[in-house]
Amino acid sequence: MRALQDVDFTLREGEIHALMGENGAGKSTLIKVLTGVYPKDGGEVHISGIDGAAVIRSPQDAQNAGISTVYQEITLCPNLTVAENMYIGRTKGAMTNWKAMNGGAGKILQSLGIPASPNQQLGSCSIAVQQMVAIARAVDMECKVLILDEPTSSLDEQEVVKLFGLMRDLKAKGVGIIFVTHFLEQVYEVCDRITVLRDGQLVGEYVIEDLPRVQLVSKMLGKELDDMADIKGESDGGAVSLEGSPVLEAEGLCSSAGIKPFDFSIRKGEVNGFTGLLGSGRSECVRAIFGADHVTSGSVKMDGRSVRIKKPLDAMKCGIGYLPEDRKGDGIVGDLSVRENIILALQVMKGFFRPFSRAQAEDFADEYIKLLEIKTASADTPIKSLSGGNQQKCILARWLLTDPKYLILDEPTRGIDIGTKIEIQKLVLKLAAEGKSVTFISSEIDEMLRTCSRLIVMRDRKAVGELKGDDLTQTKIMATIAGGDEA
Amino acid sequence: MTTPVKNPETKVKRPDESLFKRLTRQQLFIPVAALALLVLFNLIADPSFFMVTVKENSLGNPVLSGNIISVLDNASELVILAIGMTLVTASSGGQDISVGATMTIAGSVILRMVCGGQVNADTMQMNLFLAVFIGIVVSMCFGAFNGALVAYFNIQPMVATLIIYTAGRSIAAWINNNQLPIINDVAFKYAGTFLPGIPVPTPVFITVLMIAVFWLVLKFTNLGLYTQSVGINPNSSRLNGLNPRMIKLLTYVILGVCVAVAGYIRISRSGSINYSRNAENIEMDAILAVALGGNALSGGKFNIYGSILGAYVIRFLTTTLYKYEVPSTALPAYKAVVVILLVVLSAPVVREKLASMKKAPAKAVKEVS
Repeated sequence: MRALQDVDFTLREGEIHALMGENGAGKSTLIKVLTGVYPKDGGEVHISGIDGAAVIRSPQDAQNAGISTVYQEITLCPNLTVAENMYIGRTKGAMTNWKAMNGGAGKILQSLGIPASPNQQLGSCSIAVQQMVAIARAVDMECKVLILDEPTSSLDEQEVVKLFGLMRDLKAKGVGIIFVTHFLEQVYEVCDRITVLRDGQLVGEYVIEDLPRVQLVSKMLGKELDDMADIKGESDGGAVSLEGSPVLEAEGLCSSAGIKPFDFSIRKGEVNGFTGLLGSGRSECVRAIFGADHVTSGSVKMDGRSVRIKKPLDAMKCGIGYLPEDRKGDGIVGDLSVRENIILALQVMKGFFRPFSRAQAEDFADEYIKLLEIKTASADTPIKSLSGGNQQKCILARWLLTDPKYLILDEPTRGIDIGTKIEIQKLVLKLAAEGKSVTFISSEIDEMLRTCSRLIVMRDRKAVGELKGDDLTQTKIMATIAGGDEA
Repeated sequence: MTTPVKNPETKVKRPDESLFKRLTRQQLFIPVAALALLVLFNLIADPSFFMVTVKENSLGNPVLSGNIISVLDNASELVILAIGMTLVTASSGGQDISVGATMTIAGSVILRMVCGGQVNADTMQMNLFLAVFIGIVVSMCFGAFNGALVAYFNIQPMVATLIIYTAGRSIAAWINNNQLPIINDVAFKYAGTFLPGIPVPTPVFITVLMIAVFWLVLKFTNLGLYTQSVGINPNSSRLNGLNPRMIKLLTYVILGVCVAVAGYIRISRSGSINYSRNAENIEMDAILAVALGGNALSGGKFNIYGSILGAYVIRFLTTTLYKYEVPSTALPAYKAVVVILLVVLSAPVVREKLASMKKAPAKAVKEVS
């Protein structure tokens, strides 16, 4: 499969161009091809001032051609000074002319209005300033094209304002900027044009005024507004009990992961979900509920009784299960066997001094391997050798085994085959019918509509709306995700 | 057409089974093979190596003597350390290099207690069990110090334990005011030599006891599961309700207990202490034992019995070399040659290659001798 296919992309002098798309759309691939990190299979790159197609085979070539990139994670050296960072790898010969270097750096910093001195250690600057220094370095290399890959994800609001100021200055100087971000607000604040990618293909290039937010969202998700038939009618799992007693109620919950305080509640037998674009704070919300991130404020009630959830074990003891978004990084314990992975959570709840007997553990594992049809050579196979879908089923089995009252599934269907996806969706509805409550998060709105009876919409790390009943339509969801200028 | 199709199927199954058996055996394959080769070598070269005789010791008791007894006896400290080192390696993906120094501290504490501050004591001034208990507690504190640096300050284990590695022997000397106390009470030396009327060296019993204790602990608690889970994926462990930091700390404290027991055996062999030479370089052998046992030094899954076997292999090798009168100064060089072979053979890259070649492991291992 190609990660990127027949994509045309044009960047004009002195414009800020947003590159948009969901995860796996091909944004990073496009950037990496442009900067010579990945080789291209076909196509040409033309740069003004260079005759014919530019040859870009390595990041060094890209730099020479005037393309500079500032990555999401700062790739400078925090223990060197600002000036050293700006000139590192660019000095000729073995000797360094410190005076010229510091002087040159000072001039650039001043001209760009960056509040840092050349002699300062980079590590002592704020993240925003470090990011700006990285940009200054790029600018000083006389770049014509500046690529900013998610520069704002670790900045606070004021820092973002500063960064945007700098971007506008550069734009005025004729630099073309490619801006990759997940924040819609920011796109509409600074950008002139938007190119949307989806599944490795070009969806289109638009002038910002011509593309209202809701249209942008629909382009990114690949649903035309017109043919977004309301599929709610087909589903029978949705509109279950809006009466039952609340299982979990959270008020003003806020965690260290940088989300705005939010309220949340779920009833017995209800399936609800968080929706929003990637990075909108969906996962952070459920992590706060589960105690996976440090909870800074807010209160949680379980079955009407107030509980304190400070760490995952507290949540588990309240009867909450959590299937994390990052299966490999947070879900499986790779080298352990399928059996050990399945019993892990229940075993931890049972306690250090009360291990399950081998026979008991085998019974549990066999039961769930059979129930969820997990395809594995044996229960002793290391989980890492299973396919993604089967790994995910093991994690599901792990939480089902704890018999939770409330199960949080964060992207349980990502990266797994269609058959397993449907199995998982069915399972969710079955659990709800058995009186369990489930929060289901998915990037695929179809899936959410099929399973959830209520959706909380997140945008830019804030809960911006709640949809239920007749409002549960793709049109409405997208409009709420987009916010701002409703179509 | 049907039969040729069926045949491969059954044939495929058989290698699968044997491969599976091999997999379960694989981790212990290297230490077991190494031990077998050492035994074989000695059997062929000079069977008298295995002779066990009864001799009278200095107290006039009949005791067993011979190379095998010497291996079992002298490996004790190493085996006990290797157990703790395996747990630390599994949970934190690093090793504690301060165990030799901490053994000296524990020994020094015990000696100070039983001598009651005298330089030359003829009788124990304190109940031996209490003294050993205090030694264990002190050693656990040092383990907790190391563990806290590793778990809560995210310092690399080798760097964190470098502190005690450097300072430990001075601390041990300071505990006894820089004096070299000697205890002449026979009862003190029971643990390091022989119990009256029992012909087998006491360290062998202590080692068996420690192995039994850890077998029980691993069977009746979740120490093994938690340690491996934390070592493999701390994020996921945390989301399953574990406290990865606490578990790392715990393994260092457990190692502290092992270190104290080993330190006690070492000190009671002679009843005296040499701060700079006591248990010198034992940390390297302990780490080697873990590696020889087929455990990844980067942590995660572990097999404690592999490390125990590894420790015996190291000691068996040393004793064999002594037997052939390799001068003690040249000993490390000979040891290094064998160790290089063993470690290269147990490297996953080589093992995969060997597994893909039929019967190749046997051939390759033969080259070791």
